[in-house]
Amino acid sequence: MNSFFEFFSFADPNIRYVVLGSILLTASSAIVGSFTFLQKKALVGDAVAHAVLPGVCLSFILSGEKNPLILVVGAFVTGWLSLVLIDVIAARSKIKEDTAIGLVLSVFFGIGIFILTMIQKSGAASQTGLDQYLFGKAASLVGQDLVVFGIVATLLVLAVYFLFKEFTLIAFDKEFAISLGIPVRRVELVLTTLTVLAVVIGIQAVGVVLMAAMLITPAAAARFWTEKVITMTWLAAVFGAISGLTGAYISYVAPSMPTGPWIVVVVSTIAFFSFFMAPKKGIFYKMYHQSRIKANINDENILKALYHLGEEERNFYQQRSTEDILTKRSFERTPLFKGLRRLKRQGYLDEKDGLWTLSLEGKEKGQRVVKLHRLWELYLTEYLRIAPDHVHDDADTIEHILTPELEQRLEKLLDYPTVDPHESEIPYG
Amino acid sequence: MTTVRNGKKNIALELHDLTVSYDRKPVLWDVDLELPKGKLVGILGPNGAGKSTLIKAVMGLTPNSSGYVRLFDRNLDEVRDRISYVPQRESVDWDFPASVLDVVLMGRYGKLGLFKRPRKSDKEVALDCLRKVGMEAYTGRQISQLSGGQQQRVFLARALAQQADLYFMDEPFAGVDAATEKAIIGLLRDMSSKGNTVIVVHHDLQSVTEYFDWVILLNLRLVACGPTKEVFNAELLQETYGGKLTLLSDVGNLMKHQHFPNREANASRMNPLK
Ligand SMILES: Nc1ncnc2c1ncn2[C@@H]1O[C@H](COP(=O)(O)OP(=O)(O)O)[C@@H](O)[C@H]1O
Ligand SMILES: [Mg+2]
Repeated sequence: MNSFFEFFSFADPNIRYVVLGSILLTASSAIVGSFTFLQKKALVGDAVAHAVLPGVCLSFILSGEKNPLILVVGAFVTGWLSLVLIDVIAARSKIKEDTAIGLVLSVFFGIGIFILTMIQKSGAASQTGLDQYLFGKAASLVGQDLVVFGIVATLLVLAVYFLFKEFTLIAFDKEFAISLGIPVRRVELVLTTLTVLAVVIGIQAVGVVLMAAMLITPAAAARFWTEKVITMTWLAAVFGAISGLTGAYISYVAPSMPTGPWIVVVVSTIAFFSFFMAPKKGIFYKMYHQSRIKANINDENILKALYHLGEEERNFYQQRSTEDILTKRSFERTPLFKGLRRLKRQGYLDEKDGLWTLSLEGKEKGQRVVKLHRLWELYLTEYLRIAPDHVHDDADTIEHILTPELEQRLEKLLDYPTVDPHESEIPYG
Repeated sequence: MTTVRNGKKNIALELHDLTVSYDRKPVLWDVDLELPKGKLVGILGPNGAGKSTLIKAVMGLTPNSSGYVRLFDRNLDEVRDRISYVPQRESVDWDFPASVLDVVLMGRYGKLGLFKRPRKSDKEVALDCLRKVGMEAYTGRQISQLSGGQQQRVFLARALAQQADLYFMDEPFAGVDAATEKAIIGLLRDMSSKGNTVIVVHHDLQSVTEYFDWVILLNLRLVACGPTKEVFNAELLQETYGGKLTLLSDVGNLMKHQHFPNREANASRMNPLK
């Protein structure tokens, strides 16, 4: 707990560097990554992330020091080169783009690891901390890094701010964008450059191996919560910042821990949480929604069975046992009892001594379901020429879906028919 | 010379010896045609005939084109803001996070230019266009929740928001119910009677004479282009739809597989598309 307050009081300037640095890196790569995500180019981000490693190592060898600016330039060059190569391979050969991406990724990363191993053998890497580029180490950020990252992050955010409308349009409908005369190639070039820049500075905190996750995951998580690109981008930035901060903290408490994996664990947790909990798109909401629909269908079927019984005996308000209901339609016992109790609560049924009676509202509701069922059967036989003995199952589902508006259209289309294909009367309210 | 110029005054679209290839394989051969202004034009032809490709080539969306395209006797870049393109509905992912209004506003981006945000006046134009296609009740709706016909109408509204003179529409009636189709064709008629030229890829041969002033019959090459009364007849339709052009497409495949030099290589010098 002590270290917690120590860290979050931000009293130590080193801690301030680390916190500010991590947040800058993760948030700005999440913002740029939002458009990588919308363009469905997750793999490209991965390729760039791996391809910057040889650049970092080479510029270290050439300059002999760990100057952040020089390393960033080196990383930028090879990251860029990888993208150009992917384009050339995909355009000039029979190799498809995804294969080209895989190819470039592994070749560049292989070369990077090779050079890194050479540097490590010479014993210089551990002193320079070059190996931290693999998995990231936010705790080693210093003031000098921060200046470089601050500039790059500002650049990224400004570019996204000014080209927001173009980035969005190109992600949605590129051909239309071209037809408008928007310089799509140039705008894409800017976005690619931003992606490389985001990766180049992001790897300081996250490392090359997991950087692609940092680009895409915040946006993917944010997508669950919103239907607006602008909100999604902001939310992705917040998710990125939260994970960056947490990663930096863990790195601070346990200095032997690489930051990258922790950042990715946090952002993945956010993504999982979104996947399950988000309204509308989350799994739980969908499951809840489905079970509501199922219960509704079950209840309507009970009312329908009771209505059928009433129709047969010409008395809708007779008391009936569950056995009576089961003669009309087979229900499983639990859903049947649950449904009966629910319908009683909602005022569609009355109960006395284990016997059930339709209320006025219950009869009307049951009648509507029966009516829709018969209208649909008639529609299928008359308009789609389906044999009368084949229409029942279809109608059994459709009767629960039709809205009052569709009901009206159906009535009108069929000209208010009185009987269905099986000569059963179609009841009107 | 002046007489030639005058002759072109009423021409909305002119294609001269247009050949389009994908991956070296030509899918449209030597198309020559001229369309007068103010007509409602249908492009007809079987699947894979190159109807979409023709429109894309005009809009500069295909990588390999030779020959040239003139719009209002100008190059595309000079008249872009007078031309509107409606892609096939399936060409975009409708699960994109955008509202109906967002999409229609995209029609204003060409006029807005880079960096600028849509203004109030752009919103008003967009809303007005939504009204014209009968979608004003759906302004804030997510596009993923729309039916096929509604998506089509949103695309149409986006095109209207461009306030162009010449419209290219790729299958605007695909997945649209009969009532909506009637409404859309009424709108297109209206546009052409105001002097706009509307060129539409169409599938249903039944409605051709009722809908279109002019037709373009296409199958890998131009079969015919002219007033509906003159060219929409059994003989030309047979030529368009009947019998596969196996020879032509075989030669195309040959060019692809043998890495035959593209005709475009020596034509590009005089190709205003490039
Ligand atoms: N991007 C593409 N790459 C390669 N071939 C294509 C591409 N687009 C279309 N084609 C081919 O070009 C031909 C014409 O296609 P298209 O213009 O879409 O036909 P239509 O719109 O008339 O159905 C088809 O054989 C199709 O397979
Ligand atoms: Mg097509």
